[in-house]
Amino acid sequence: MPIKGTDVAKKLPQRKGCKDCGFPTCFAFAMKLASGGATVDKCPYLSEEIRAELEDALAPPIKLVTVGSGEDALKIGNEEVIYRHEKTFAHAPGIAVLISDKEDDEGVEDKIAKMKELQFERVGLTLRADLFALKFQSGEKAKYEALVKKVCDAGDAGIILISEDLGALFAARDICAGRNPLLYPITKDNLEQAIPLIKQSPTPVGVKAESVEALIPLTSRLKEEGIEELVLDPGSGNFLEVLRDQTLIRRAALKQNFRPLGYPTIVFPCFLAGDGLEEILTASMCVIKFAGIIVLSDLKKDSLLPLLVQRLNIYTDPRMPLAIEQGVYEVGQPKDEAPVLVTSNWSLTYFLVSSATEESKVHAFVCVKDTEGLGVVTGWGAGKFSGDSVGAFIKKSGIEERVKHRKLVIPGKVARIRGELEEALPGWEIVVGPREAGELPGFLPALARSLTGG
Amino acid sequence: MAVEVPVEKWTGRVGEVRLGGDGCKRVTIGGANTLPFLKFEGSIPNPPAIAMEVWDSEPSGWPAALTSAWGDVTSDPAAWARKAVEYGADIVMLRLQSARPGMGNTGGAEAGIVVDRVLSAIDLPLIVLGPGIPEKDNEVLVAASRAARGRRIALGNCEEKNYRTIAAVCISDGHVAIAKTPVDFNLAKQLNALLADIGVPSDSVIMDPDTAALGYGLEYSYSTIECLRLAALMGEAMCARPIISHAGPESRHQKESRATRGVPAAWGDPAERAVLWETLTATTCIHAGADLVVMCHPGAVELVKFAIGKLMG
Repeated sequence: MPIKGTDVAKKLPQRKGCKDCGFPTCFAFAMKLASGGATVDKCPYLSEEIRAELEDALAPPIKLVTVGSGEDALKIGNEEVIYRHEKTFAHAPGIAVLISDKEDDEGVEDKIAKMKELQFERVGLTLRADLFALKFQSGEKAKYEALVKKVCDAGDAGIILISEDLGALFAARDICAGRNPLLYPITKDNLEQAIPLIKQSPTPVGVKAESVEALIPLTSRLKEEGIEELVLDPGSGNFLEVLRDQTLIRRAALKQNFRPLGYPTIVFPCFLAGDGLEEILTASMCVIKFAGIIVLSDLKKDSLLPLLVQRLNIYTDPRMPLAIEQGVYEVGQPKDEAPVLVTSNWSLTYFLVSSATEESKVHAFVCVKDTEGLGVVTGWGAGKFSGDSVGAFIKKSGIEERVKHRKLVIPGKVARIRGELEEALPGWEIVVGPREAGELPGFLPALARSLTGG
Repeated sequence: MAVEVPVEKWTGRVGEVRLGGDGCKRVTIGGANTLPFLKFEGSIPNPPAIAMEVWDSEPSGWPAALTSAWGDVTSDPAAWARKAVEYGADIVMLRLQSARPGMGNTGGAEAGIVVDRVLSAIDLPLIVLGPGIPEKDNEVLVAASRAARGRRIALGNCEEKNYRTIAAVCISDGHVAIAKTPVDFNLAKQLNALLADIGVPSDSVIMDPDTAALGYGLEYSYSTIECLRLAALMGEAMCARPIISHAGPESRHQKESRATRGVPAAWGDPAERAVLWETLTATTCIHAGADLVVMCHPGAVELVKFAIGKLMG
């Protein structure tokens, strides 16, 4: 567990009234340090030794590592929980696509193009892959360097350099050091040789060993040398070992505050899986189970979007309420002859209704009635989606001023409120819609035509 | 520096529920005393099972990717169920869709006949779901229960507002009750307690904490399932029931599985898309702790079975 504020205070100089850190007392500063609201360097009176000790004790249990440069740099790590209901998973894993320098020009161009083209707009965000993983495989360094240059010139995506040959690895690093690439793999066999080379121009380093435990001496040694931008690969050999190793690393870092494993991870479904579909199954498990970077062999239309949406889902804030605010929501740009639908304020219900309406290609008003986050049927059962209450809501919603017709679509599952609702809303015609939101595309276009056609 | 291998010592275990009987194949779900697939720290006696969805009437509103995958068997529930067996289902789930007022409004007599026909066609366990309207559920599920005596099927759904009749008939005919609640830890726990109070044995309840598809709130389902499983492992008896997840039926409602026109080209081929969105919904629920997933697309079933096989080692 992280260090307590009172223990931090004991290490501070306890100078009375200097306030150089911006806090009234050392104790106040210590409490702020422990909660992550201040940094140690604000106190100018600490010895080098104490400062290093405090910085180490106050560091998050999983280090934040940046791969790439500029605005789109990928940040991973800094995770605080094992289960996402406890607190938002902090940094979504980077999705990388592998390019070998043995691939032909056409294949390389295709992958570079897909990185640009396969971007998806969803809930106001742009979803896309993040990194290129460039593998030295041809044996010809010039070829590898040409690939690195080409990818660098093609855009801002982050870069992972993969080479067993340290000469090729660091020559490539020197080409793109400004892009802050991840160097991989640093192993027990090349560690000592690599250390001085890494230090020449520090960038993040991917450490590979044949097991979780075998990573420990490597990361400890690198840390001694001040190399701490690390990403871990425990060498998992299959699907099941990936799950085990990712779980163990996350637990060791968070439950035991075990520093040598307190780094984000990298997983290579591209090397583990037999085919593209198996690769996606492995990758999607990695999205849920703690990976920091996931390397795919290719970006494919069918599979990239679901993977990115899964990442978005898993990394959302779990405290987001399931209910959305009562009110009139617009789908498209509805005018005064657009259909009017009413549904409950359970967010899942609303998502389904609004996306099915969108799919219908009909501009419409979706009136969302507060049911305290219940679905329409459960809401009806609880008296929160009765004809009377829906009628009262429609009246005060202001929708009567926004449309010139008086037709209201209710969910088919609560067709029984129709009579009561007609009584509560004189002048309105209540139309029973489909039972499932998914059937709206077969229903709304005809209704919309009847409203415009008069 | 050595690390103590961070193994969890859970005190609880998920109860086992057996389906099937009368000389036919049996399937047991549940029974784990650790999180999904973490066999290094506990035992997982049964792999997650897959039920494939079959309707008692020709499906309407299904995405093209699904109807074309099944072909013309969908006009006959018995033939459809046999095909599901061929595709590798562990369990068949029959939805009594025709009992809906707008879809035929069939009653108990018809339900009994179709359940009997499907059971005669397969030797796998069966799940029967009513139309989701309390009065109709009670009518058709009681008839289904009678028709399936001895086969130990699962009947659903028991919901907070309507569970007594279905639970009672499960007790008297030796079937399993499915306890359905909307995505919420406490509601799931409460309904299990209500069912226990009226005498449904703990080995005869499967809980359905509701599933939202990938991109449509899957994260809520994920965390609800995971919290229920963690509570079970920590010894909370009213959470220690196997969990069913309707990954397939939820996915077939989503735009990404349905739309063939008017969507970005980057979404890819509609048939592949339908398979992958359903697959990822199912595997995400399984990684959260689901013991049984209901699925629709044979291609998705193949992928999920493959993943389960790999993870069970």
